[in-house]
Amino acid sequence: MLEISAEVWQAARLTLALAATTTVILLIVGTPLAWWLARSKAWWTEAVATVVALPLVLPPTVLGFYLLVALGPNGPGGWIAGAWGGRTLAFTFSGLVIGSVLYALPFVVQPIRNAFMAIGDRPLEVAATLRATPRRAFWTVAVPLARPGFLTGAVLGFAHTVGEFGLVLMIGGSIPGRTRVLSVAIYDFVEASRWYEANILAAGMVIFAFVVILAMTMIEKRSARLRP
Amino acid sequence: MFSSKTIRLVLAGIFAMASMGRAAADQANVAVAANFMDAAKEIAAAFKAKTGHEAVLSFGASGPFYTQITQGAPFQVFLSADDARPKKLVEDGLAVPESRFTYAIGTLVLWSKTPGLVTGVETLKSGHFAKLSICNPVAAPYGAAAVETMKSLRLYDQLQPRLVEGANITQAFQFVETGNAELGFVALSQLTGNDAGSRWVVPRELYSPIRQDAVLLKSGAGNPAAAGFIGFLKGPEGRAIIQKYGYDNDGPS
Repeated sequence: MLEISAEVWQAARLTLALAATTTVILLIVGTPLAWWLARSKAWWTEAVATVVALPLVLPPTVLGFYLLVALGPNGPGGWIAGAWGGRTLAFTFSGLVIGSVLYALPFVVQPIRNAFMAIGDRPLEVAATLRATPRRAFWTVAVPLARPGFLTGAVLGFAHTVGEFGLVLMIGGSIPGRTRVLSVAIYDFVEASRWYEANILAAGMVIFAFVVILAMTMIEKRSARLRP
Repeated sequence: MFSSKTIRLVLAGIFAMASMGRAAADQANVAVAANFMDAAKEIAAAFKAKTGHEAVLSFGASGPFYTQITQGAPFQVFLSADDARPKKLVEDGLAVPESRFTYAIGTLVLWSKTPGLVTGVETLKSGHFAKLSICNPVAAPYGAAAVETMKSLRLYDQLQPRLVEGANITQAFQFVETGNAELGFVALSQLTGNDAGSRWVVPRELYSPIRQDAVLLKSGAGNPAAAGFIGFLKGPEGRAIIQKYGYDNDGPS
């Protein structure tokens, strides 16, 4: 019994670490990308936006297959891993982070882009007439106004990474403490007919999903009320 | 966006396709252990050519198949990678007892895509590799056999940190095939027609025999295609194909 809970806790801790790391990276990478997508007038902007949105439609197996090859010794992942003497990024925490970032990208970029677009040109023009540099205007005007978008993006990115399964299954190798996240642990428990543990984890996930969606709705309601 | 006529046409098409699947009486859905994939495809083709019946194959690990069948999955025949799960299905009252038989005895191989890397036990002892791929030992018999082999050689504790687990034998193979793991325990049948790399056929005394049993499920008892497929597996054509893919058979039945 004790051993069981150790296994479960390990998977839960790993999942939280993966989701947190992924979310932080997504906010760092996704914000400039969302800003550019919201402001750019280039004709190929929508093409880039489409590439970002692709994981919404593609089955995780497509990304999983490409990543399995790309992370391996004959792909860029292998070269990077070679820097510290490894030969592949598959089966590693870093590999899972790369996969999760790609897979959850639209869930973070889309809400932030929408929030940036909703601000419009006017507040930024006003800031410019008050001699704010574009950088200053971005940090003091655009980012605070787009706060609900950031919150939504962060929550969705985090939640989606927690709920990810197919991709992790394909590139993870189910190593306890390193790549066996909650969703894979549930799968393994069901496969092994250990339904008691599977039940505990599955019920936990249901509660988690409920809380996330409820929180999202509350955030949106509140920001709608605050909007002038 | 679409006219209601288009939608009606599409719906009619979908229903027609769905009912076609049901109307064809001489069709059986067969759950096949992933290691037997290539052999099963060839057998299904030969079976169709000979009888006109169609065996629709689904591939996966035996563990999940067992779980799915207990939950009413629409399979009529189950080709497991072990003998425990078909036996359990008979005990559960979900399979026809007298239909159970061993269709193949599997062989475990240690395989690498790198020529010369795998030479024998010494490869495992040397530890000149970062990742060793196996399939989930709880869900898939080849995974259990791999663990048993490492334990017989008293190498399990030493190798365990390097193990990566595929959900089934196909994935364990894929990890080696893509080079993400240098070597892995796979089924000899998966290497049929593939001379690349290096391999070590694991001696039989290191693991309990992988007796792969087939069973007719209760839901397929009245289905001529299901019973026919089991019969075909036992017959000379079926046995010949099974041997071609590197499996052993029990003596002539």
